[in-house]
Amino acid sequence: MSTRFLSVEGLKKAYPGSSTPVFENIHFGIEQGEFVCIIGHSGCGKTTILNVLAGLEEASAGGVIMDGREISGPSLDRGVVFQSHALMPWMTVLGNVAFAVKSKWPDWPKVKIEAHSTRYLEMVGLGHAIHKKPAELSGGMKQRVGIARAFAIQPKMLLLDEPFGALDALTRGTIQDELLKIVQATHQTVFMITHDVDEAILLADKVILMSNGPLAKIAEIVEITMPRDRTRAEMHHDPQFYRIRNHLVDFLVNRSKDYAGSDAAVLHDAKHPPVVRPGLIAGEALDDDAPRPSRQLKQVVNQ
Amino acid sequence: MFSKQALKAGLISLLIFLAFVGAWSLATHQKEGPAATGADAEYAALMGKGAEKSSGFPPPSKVAESFVTYLADPFYDKGPNDKGVGIQLAHSLARVGVGFLLAVAVALPLGFAIGMSPLLLQAFNPFIQILKPISPLAWMPLALYSLKDSDISGIFVIFICSLWPMLINTAFGVASVRRDWINVARTLEVGPLRKAFLVILPAAAPTILTGMRISMGIAWLVIVAAEMLVGGTGIGYFVWNEWNNLALPNVIFAVVMIGLVGMLLDQLFGVLQKLVTYRE
Repeated sequence: MSTRFLSVEGLKKAYPGSSTPVFENIHFGIEQGEFVCIIGHSGCGKTTILNVLAGLEEASAGGVIMDGREISGPSLDRGVVFQSHALMPWMTVLGNVAFAVKSKWPDWPKVKIEAHSTRYLEMVGLGHAIHKKPAELSGGMKQRVGIARAFAIQPKMLLLDEPFGALDALTRGTIQDELLKIVQATHQTVFMITHDVDEAILLADKVILMSNGPLAKIAEIVEITMPRDRTRAEMHHDPQFYRIRNHLVDFLVNRSKDYAGSDAAVLHDAKHPPVVRPGLIAGEALDDDAPRPSRQLKQVVNQ
Repeated sequence: MFSKQALKAGLISLLIFLAFVGAWSLATHQKEGPAATGADAEYAALMGKGAEKSSGFPPPSKVAESFVTYLADPFYDKGPNDKGVGIQLAHSLARVGVGFLLAVAVALPLGFAIGMSPLLLQAFNPFIQILKPISPLAWMPLALYSLKDSDISGIFVIFICSLWPMLINTAFGVASVRRDWINVARTLEVGPLRKAFLVILPAAAPTILTGMRISMGIAWLVIVAAEMLVGGTGIGYFVWNEWNNLALPNVIFAVVMIGLVGMLLDQLFGVLQKLVTYRE
């Protein structure tokens, strides 16, 4: 546990005036270069967890250790892409990214800051629009600027709060591809909230499934065992894809709401939430676990 | 389409103006008929030669005359009671300018502090609520007594009346800066000064400018009244002086000038407001 790049330990959030906490006893870890998605229904505290990781909100109990140091308050080590892009409308696109770059490297000369910012804007395909104001851009382009701004400060970790939630399906697909390319090229460690199961399968190495709040728990951690070089166009031809997808959708539709009373909850060990690999069928098991008779398609592997 | 409407509107404006002047002309023309009452005749006798000036409300032609005379030479200076209208307006504008800038110097930092801290906002609120509705002219005796200078008192009155709208709008604008932008600044570890000038100030600028525009409007309303009280120079004093001379055409001329300058000031702030307004 302690060797992990980021480890979340015993996190709890209770709002004043409310007797039951939104979540408590949340433990999970993220390895360097890992892409982790978190999925759960509204109200399970996903955004709160992300805000705690960002340092924007304080947990009621527990803590987060990143790279050997406890997180206290916001830091340039963690870049955040906000759900509503959060660009400053009075600055140009370049100005928005340069503002972040200047915050990270205050001593850089203006030319270097602009060159650096432009490089990251070109990376998200916005090289032609750097002198425009955000209001002149479409929703997808604004979100790209937000992504470029977060990448440009080269954070140790990237936090994405449902960045594509407000975009139409086509735009979302394109930006997912771009994000995938950038992440694969930079080996960026990412923590991302999403509501989109396909998005999680495309991007993530593992998916954290949260049961419904209040008293939300990490119900399972699903490892996406498909090869890392997956693409949006090819992904659904992989036999693993639908197994994983069905597993995730089943959880969201059926199991997440009555998780609290189920057998799984009784056996639940908050410090070691069950890790499952629904993509693998029994014969292809990576680990030496015996296949469960009840569910041939899924393996439960405790860490 | 739009320009066509603008043209039509302009035409109607012109018609309204002509109708107004026509009605005014007719109304004042009748009074100059031979049917002068006994009281008028007696009054005319009392007034001696000055009677010609005061025989009823001046017709448009008389007012036009005074427009021509004053605008032909707006900057002459023939002693304390006879200065050109340009000089008088300049005096008023200078007072308004100084008082307004002083108010900006106080309202912006204070409004910033109040807007950033809910605690300060609550602490200052009762004072603002009580001081805001006081007519600025009510301060005049206190100002004259403690400042002992009519010119400075005039400036003080402008200061105090411009202060509140700016203070309230600045505090409100700063307090309601979008949470997201503040969070961006926080995650980027932006220092307090850089955050104040590069994030909060531009975000709140449209609201602040609205406050300034309201303040300037009030200041221009108040300066006329203040100068009537204080005397000496300024467009307000000019109006009062011409009233004492019973030179109504000049009073009407001054009233129109006050309106025109007020409109220009407002439009100036309208332009500034446009400059800082951002589209989201």
